[in-house]
Amino acid sequence: MIALNEIPTEYGLWHYWVVVSLMMLGLYIVIARDNLIKRIMGLNIFQASVIMFYVAMGKVQGGEAPIWPLDTMEGHYQDRVFSNPVPHVLMLTAIVVGIATTALALALVVRIKESYGTIEEDEIREIDGSIS
Amino acid sequence: MKKPMRMREIVVLRVVSRVLMPYIMLFGLYVQFHGDFGPGGGFQAGVIFSAALILYGIIFGLDAVQRVFTPFAVELCMALGLLLYAGTGLVSFYKNMNYLDYDVFGSHGQHYGILLIEGGVGITVASTVLMIFYAFAGRWRVSQ
Amino acid sequence: MITHFPSLLIVTPLIAAPICLLLRNGTLVRIWATLAAWACLYFAWGILGQVQGLDGESIRYAMGGWEMPLGIELKIDAANAFVVLIITGIASVVFPFGLGHSGLSGPEGKEHLFYAAFLLCMCGLMGIAVTGDAFNVFVFLEITSLSSYALISMGSSRRALMAAYSYLIMGTIGGTFILVGIGFVYALTGTLNMVDIAERLPSVINSPTTIIAFGFLTLGVGIKLAIFPLYQWLPNAYSFAPSKVTAFLAGTATKVSYYVLLRLFFSIFGIAFIFNKLGVQNILMPLSLIAMFVGSIAAIYQTNAKRLFAYSSIAQIGYMTLGICLLHLDGLKVLNYDGLTGGIVHLFNHAIMKSGLFLIIACVVYRMGTVTIGEMKGFAYRMPWTFAAFVVAGLSIIGVPGTVGFVSKWYLVLGAVAGGHYVVAALILLSSLLAVVYVWKIIEVGYFQKPSEPIEKIEAPITMLVPIWLLMFAAIFFGFATELTGGVAETAAKTLLTAGGAIFGGGTP
Repeated sequence: MIALNEIPTEYGLWHYWVVVSLMMLGLYIVIARDNLIKRIMGLNIFQASVIMFYVAMGKVQGGEAPIWPLDTMEGHYQDRVFSNPVPHVLMLTAIVVGIATTALALALVVRIKESYGTIEEDEIREIDGSIS
Repeated sequence: MKKPMRMREIVVLRVVSRVLMPYIMLFGLYVQFHGDFGPGGGFQAGVIFSAALILYGIIFGLDAVQRVFTPFAVELCMALGLLLYAGTGLVSFYKNMNYLDYDVFGSHGQHYGILLIEGGVGITVASTVLMIFYAFAGRWRVSQ
Repeated sequence: MITHFPSLLIVTPLIAAPICLLLRNGTLVRIWATLAAWACLYFAWGILGQVQGLDGESIRYAMGGWEMPLGIELKIDAANAFVVLIITGIASVVFPFGLGHSGLSGPEGKEHLFYAAFLLCMCGLMGIAVTGDAFNVFVFLEITSLSSYALISMGSSRRALMAAYSYLIMGTIGGTFILVGIGFVYALTGTLNMVDIAERLPSVINSPTTIIAFGFLTLGVGIKLAIFPLYQWLPNAYSFAPSKVTAFLAGTATKVSYYVLLRLFFSIFGIAFIFNKLGVQNILMPLSLIAMFVGSIAAIYQTNAKRLFAYSSIAQIGYMTLGICLLHLDGLKVLNYDGLTGGIVHLFNHAIMKSGLFLIIACVVYRMGTVTIGEMKGFAYRMPWTFAAFVVAGLSIIGVPGTVGFVSKWYLVLGAVAGGHYVVAALILLSSLLAVVYVWKIIEVGYFQKPSEPIEKIEAPITMLVPIWLLMFAAIFFGFATELTGGVAETAAKTLLTAGGAIFGGGTP
């Protein structure tokens, strides 16, 4: 694992810009939109940015895929450079969490649509305000 | 106005989906059991496997797929897969090893252990994804 | 077998949940879940005994036999053991609540799903409390959150759906922030084990990335904990969830988040970074004080009893976070940690009284069919035992001597005075007076306003009264036997401080 400050400068930190822009984009959608589905989409973009952040972190320059090659292992595997598999494995879990969250959120939206007849938050607030 | 065609009446979809289905399922099993040696594993395999069933369900209707995989059986599989996972871990206590220590299964214990665990994951994920599909696809009937 | 207790804490609810799904019968499921919770309580008790005997060391359990840097380890010291005992204790009381009655736990005929989610929620909370791996904290946090969103959406009113949705959005943002923070920490140190992280962080402590990682982590945990400006999800979620769920979440979910905050501050980043370099206490203390007052004042204006106590929870979380800020330091030397002890002991005390209060409201809903305070006329005469329990819990929230609420406030005031924060000590007492107002609101309607129609006695069923009174006896018992909880909390505070202090070269208290 290389530390952040050891990344060669010719590559710059551009992947962080990508990650942060996506993150802010997602967060903005979550905050600014009233449509419940669009907010879930924003949330997904937000989560995807974090996944990219981790995967970029696991990249080692010149590294191969870290598959355990039993037949080519003989002796000289120390010389070979592998990408760091840990962030990838972590993101596998995070993707699962993301899927579960999205499924649950969509299920909630279906139920909301059934009982309110709309998925716009301001309209729902109006309906709720009028009865309470 | 012409009545819109249902998906099962379109020949291309019907034939292609029937041809593809076994291969998707086979690929799911390949990913499941090859997870020992290469990329793969229970989660991916479960999703691929249930994708075949969901394809069938989309084209031939929810009833057709529910005749084979009844919602009750799918719910049962969800629970059994999780139990298989957690139960495999419990076996380690039998020899006073730590939870999920696969060495309890003998000299090739690591292989057998991960196979069982991934099997549990695969069953749970496949049935959960299918259940999510059932829940969403069956919803319009509830609301009508 | 006792060596396997740490893993059994997580595994028992994990195995019990799918079995719930298979049982399908409402009563059977309730009994089964209760048995699982009691088993966990037994394990937690065993672990607490074990930890007390270790003298500051921690129990370490390598999952799958893979030792620390490679595998995930469970690490339990006095602080974890205390939190685990709280979770299992509350679960063992809430699960059997209304054992013979359906309709308290989600929609009719779906009770097996309700309890499966309940047990998974408990499994996640246990996992957060015992794990020693930073990423594992995130995973278990999401297990807890996902199951609690589902549980909240099972409330009887349709507004529960919107409450669950807002909580889902906020909770996921919080969880993802934690994930980003863990990512930065991993990029800095190359490890996910908390002990390893704590050892390697000092060499990069001056990097701006450390501050960013800390910021993301604190913000994420802050959303889950509902510290002052980030609490918007809490009132709706608590007031529209089924009462049983509210009682469980109010007693455990925020407590575990507080524990994560403690770990973050003391075990991972260390007091040198948190208190001396960043001066977090200068921000957290005003926020805690505002939370105490905003929560209490908002509670006074509520007409819905559940919502009232939800706002009161925000105030009580303020007391807990205040405890962290009252740590009296001279450089790295800890002069006085009574405030921190107060914060930790308040975890236990608040869990008891808030769960008790929400269970009492569940009884009121069950018998009188209302949560509106104005409609609770004759509460005291219709349900005398429930009302008596309410009075005890109310006194405890206020902090009357002889109840648990007093113990935590006493420690907090001691800590404030020792640190020279006399104004803070006065404000703690002043905010207690606000608690008098909102508790009195219900007592006034329930006891002094008699309804016009004749009063018939509709006492809550015995299976509901027993759990409530168990909690209330605990509230009184630990109000007098202060050395029990106070002692454990003090050991926990000491363990947290020595772990951080030892690593960062500070003096031990």
